Formats: sequence, structure tokens, C-alpha cells
Amino acid sequence: MTATATPPASRSRTPLAPRATAPSRPPRQTGRHLMLGGIAVVWLVPLLWAVYTSLRPYSDTTRHGYLSWPHSISLQNFSDAWSQSGMPHFFWNSVLITVPAVHGTLLFASAVAFFVSRFDFRWNVALLMLFTAGNLIPAQVLITPLYKLYLLLPLPVWMSDSLLVYNSLWGIIFIHIAYQCGFCTFVLSNYMKTIPKEIFEAARVDGAPVWRQFFQIVLPLCRPAFAALATLESIWIYNDFFWSLVLIQTGDKRPITSALANLQGQYFTNPNLIAAGALMTAIPTLLVYFALQRQFISGLTIGSGKG
Amino acid sequence: MSSVRTAPGPEGTAPRSPARGQSRRPRQRSLDRGDRLFLTVVVGIPLLALLFFVWLPALASIGLSFTNWDGLALADMRWVGFDNYKEIFTNYPPFWPAVEHNVLWLLFTALLPTPFGVFLAYQLDRKLRFTRIYQTAIFMPMVLSLAVVGFIWEIIYNPDTGLLNGVIGAASSGSHIDWLGDPHLNLWAVLVASGWRHSGYIMILYLAGLKGFDPALKEAAALDGAGGRQTFFRVVLPALKPVNIIILVVTVMESLRAFDIVYVLGGGTGSKPGMQLLSLLISDNIIGESSHIGYGSALAVILLLVSLAAIATFLVQTFRKEDQ
Repeated sequence: MTATATPPASRSRTPLAPRATAPSRPPRQTGRHLMLGGIAVVWLVPLLWAVYTSLRPYSDTTRHGYLSWPHSISLQNFSDAWSQSGMPHFFWNSVLITVPAVHGTLLFASAVAFFVSRFDFRWNVALLMLFTAGNLIPAQVLITPLYKLYLLLPLPVWMSDSLLVYNSLWGIIFIHIAYQCGFCTFVLSNYMKTIPKEIFEAARVDGAPVWRQFFQIVLPLCRPAFAALATLESIWIYNDFFWSLVLIQTGDKRPITSALANLQGQYFTNPNLIAAGALMTAIPTLLVYFALQRQFISGLTIGSGKG
Repeated sequence: MSSVRTAPGPEGTAPRSPARGQSRRPRQRSLDRGDRLFLTVVVGIPLLALLFFVWLPALASIGLSFTNWDGLALADMRWVGFDNYKEIFTNYPPFWPAVEHNVLWLLFTALLPTPFGVFLAYQLDRKLRFTRIYQTAIFMPMVLSLAVVGFIWEIIYNPDTGLLNGVIGAASSGSHIDWLGDPHLNLWAVLVASGWRHSGYIMILYLAGLKGFDPALKEAAALDGAGGRQTFFRVVLPALKPVNIIILVVTVMESLRAFDIVYVLGGGTGSKPGMQLLSLLISDNIIGESSHIGYGSALAVILLLVSLAAIATFLVQTFRKEDQ
């Protein structure tokens, strides 16, 4: 699709003055680097300020003020926050929620995306719309009935000690999967439309049933899109605190993000300690981002197919 | 319709009943029972989950908004028609300020962080050293959790010990600036924090869109003597319509949904003067001690209607080309 490139004959109408630099030679990038470097530094200042705060003992900052040269630097705040607030336990809760929710979302979404992009049944566009729109409804709109629904739904005792979906990690996983499916389905269906149909024809002639086409052709081909979506979804699900704020009652079942609020309540007099705790909660998503960064952008071809 | 490229399957599993509207598409005839079962299961389960956990609550919210339910006993529920809505529009002091703040939020986000993110993406989408470092630095705020972001901005805006007052010399007594407490300032303070995140998000989305852009178009524009700015506005921007729509929808939805960052920076107690937003008013009414479920649901429906306008625009634009 080489769309509407302007015809190079436009000179006949507007006698352009020849430009100072020949357009074929790439311009010097120094100015651009200065600008982008400056913006990047400004963008990192808030985070670096939190890092700086977390590295200083509380006594030092009370004596000299926060905006002062450090008199001692240590990781003491980190080890204190780690041991005094039960962080390992809350981390584990977050893992228990995030890992199944991300996998479930990607599996469900890829199945639906496969269906709508590979077959053309009459209702497919409507189905895709239903999924996509589901992710665009603000969470606050769902929360009241969802809360009541969770109080009515039983779960077996091995899944939830409250015997309900309410106040169980499962409930949080369910809503994450259902709510996030729309976004992933949308992105994946765009991605799958770019897979040449001939591959499926060949597979069918070879007698491969649909489920094998799905597991052995489509899923491996969608790896870049999965990397991008896994990054985004891990970040969103790990960072969520609205669902767990309302749908979990017992403090010790909360994920790390809501636990941080407890830490703030407990040590509100010591911002340095809280800064250390807050930064530690950010480490997992940063790791996921760095691990998948290479595929992240290339996999996010959001329906900008050429043509 | 570019689908009828298929030859009917060689094994010829003829359908037993072509009753349902003579299928135009031979491809589906090759689905045997195993295939059908597989597809029914893998599409059916997500569909049921979606209907049950998302669409059912959304519809229930609409129903509840016409009642005066307090969230306790179902027997006490009374049908009150449009009373909640009347009440909200005429007799609920925080409502109009919240609408105003949501609109302000949208305008701010659409006019500053969003174009800035697009600008950054355009600057970074070229052969450039360190481009990944720049991307990472600017996308970083999106990776951090809201709880962390909230805390980071708290130690910046803190009136006594914060970085901002320390730098501009407003920390000494007498010239205190209470960024998050002053109802005339706090919304702007939160908007800065929100824009800090939003720019990186838009940048990443737009970078992804630019990856699908044909570089030949850019070269053609350069040969015609178009400058960088002209190339962007005349060539790149119109060619990236699908991405532009996504950016627009993301911006509108994020502005309507804005909740977490305000909740955290407001101290986690609900709406505060100067920082009321629709999402916070909803949670005020349904999570607070006095649970006015009917009332909160009516607010939720108002938010839903506004969102639906954005959703509909997006869906129509996106799927129109698929229906052709």
C-alpha cells in the first residue's frame, strides 16, 4: 500500500526556493539528543528523588532537611521495610494473582481473536465489538453489582476460605481476566489478520484439525504480540488496586499495591522507609518491562496494518 | 470481502443441514464435529466470563440506578424512577464541580500530554543512538504502580519537606504552598502527575503505530522538499488514522476513568474539595459508610453514557472497514 505519495511534479506550480541543506543528507542529531536527553532527565527526576530519599536514614533528613547533601547512604530502609511490613507475603499474593490472570487473559483472548479473524461467521464483528467494548467500561460502573454478585457466588473450600468468590484471590483473577480480555482480543485479532490465509489452507489440506492450527500455527506466530501484551497486562494487573480494594476484605489477602497503603499508615512518620517500600513494589514490573522490552514495541502493531 | 479463495475441502464433509440461511462461505463446511466442539468451548468460556463478570454488572448498574437501595436487604429496594438523577442534577453539591473537573482533565490531557507523547514518538522513530534509553526513561512512569506514583508525588508536593517547595523556597514558614491541600491548586498538581504518566503511554502507542508506517512516504515527502513539520502534518498524521483513533479513545477514556492517582494523592479517603471527579463520587457513594447504592449507580450510569459515546465512536471507526 503505497498510498497517496505526492507526485514529484509539484514543482511546476510552486517554484520552491532550494533548501539550504540537501534533503538526502541526514541532519546533525546533536540538537535532538540534547532535547530528548533533557526530557528524559526531567522525566526521571521524581523517581530519582524517591530513590535518593530511600537511601538516607530518617535521622539524617530530619536534621538537615530533605533537600541537602547526604551524610550517609545505606540500604537500611530497604531491609527494614522488607522485614517489618510483611512485604514478602504481599508480594506472593501479587504473584498468585498476576501470573494466572495474565496467562488466562492471553489464552482466552487469543482463542476469541483466532475465531473472529480466521472464520467469518455472521456474528464475528459483533462478538469482537462486545469484547472490545467490555474493556472500555469504567471499572466504577461495574463495581457495585460485582460486589453483590461476589457475595452470592459460592466457591469450594479449597479455593476460598470464605467459601465465596468475595474475599478470595480467585475473584480478583476472574474479574481481571474478564475485564482485560477485550483489549487483548482486539490487539491479537488485528495481529492475526496479518497471517496469510494460505498457511491455514495448507494445514487443512494436510488434515490438521482446527485445534492444531490454533496451538501449532497461530500461537507460535503471535509471539511478538504476546510479548507486548504480556508486558502491558502484567503492569496493569500487578498495579491494580481498585478491584482488590473493594473485593477483598481481609488485609492479608491483599496484593502488594494495597499493602503499601498499610505501610504508609503504619510508618507515616518515616517517609524514607515508605519510599524504600514503594520502590521495592515497583521492581517486578520494571523487570518484566526490561525482559520483554525488545519485543514490546514491535509486537504492538495496533491495527495499523498497511492498507 | 476477500474470503472466497478457498476450495471446498477435499475430504468433503458435507454439512447435513444447510437450513440456516444458505451459507455463502464454503470454508465453514470443512469444520467437522471435533472442530466445532473445540471452537465452541474456547470461544464459549471467555464469552460467558465476559457476559457474567462485565456485561451483567453493567446492566445491573443501570437497573439499580432507578432504585433507592441502600445495599443491605433486597426487600427494602424501592423503585424510584428518575428521582436519583433529578437529585444528582439539582441537589448534589459535588456533582457539577466533578463534571467540570472531568472536562478540565480531558482538555488538559488532550492538549498537553497527548500531543507531547505523539511528538516524542515522532522524534524517536528514526535511526538514533540511545533511542531505547530515552523511551525507557519516558515510559517508566507507566510501569510504576499508582501506589508508587502517588507516593513519589507526595514527597515532591509535601508542603514542609517536599522537593518542589524546597527548590522554589516555599518551605519556610509563612510562604507555604500546600500543593495537594489547596483546593485551587490540587487538581493541577494531580494533573501534572497524571500527564507525566500519560505522555509515555501515548508515546509507546504512537511508536507502535509508526512502525507500521511506510518509510517510502516519508522519503517521497522529503524529496518534494517538505520539512519535518510539514511531513508530519501532511503525510504521517493522515496516514496513521487508525492509531490516531486509538490515541483519541485512550485519552478520552483515561480522562473519564481517572481514579487511582487522585484517590492516592487525595489521601485515599474519597473525594476532596477541588479534586472531585465522577469516578470518586461513585466510590464515595458505594464504598463509604452510608452506602447509597441507587445514587452511586445513577452516577455510574452517567459516567457510562459519556463513555459509551467515546466507545461507540471508536467501534464504528474501527469496524466500519471490516464490514465492507
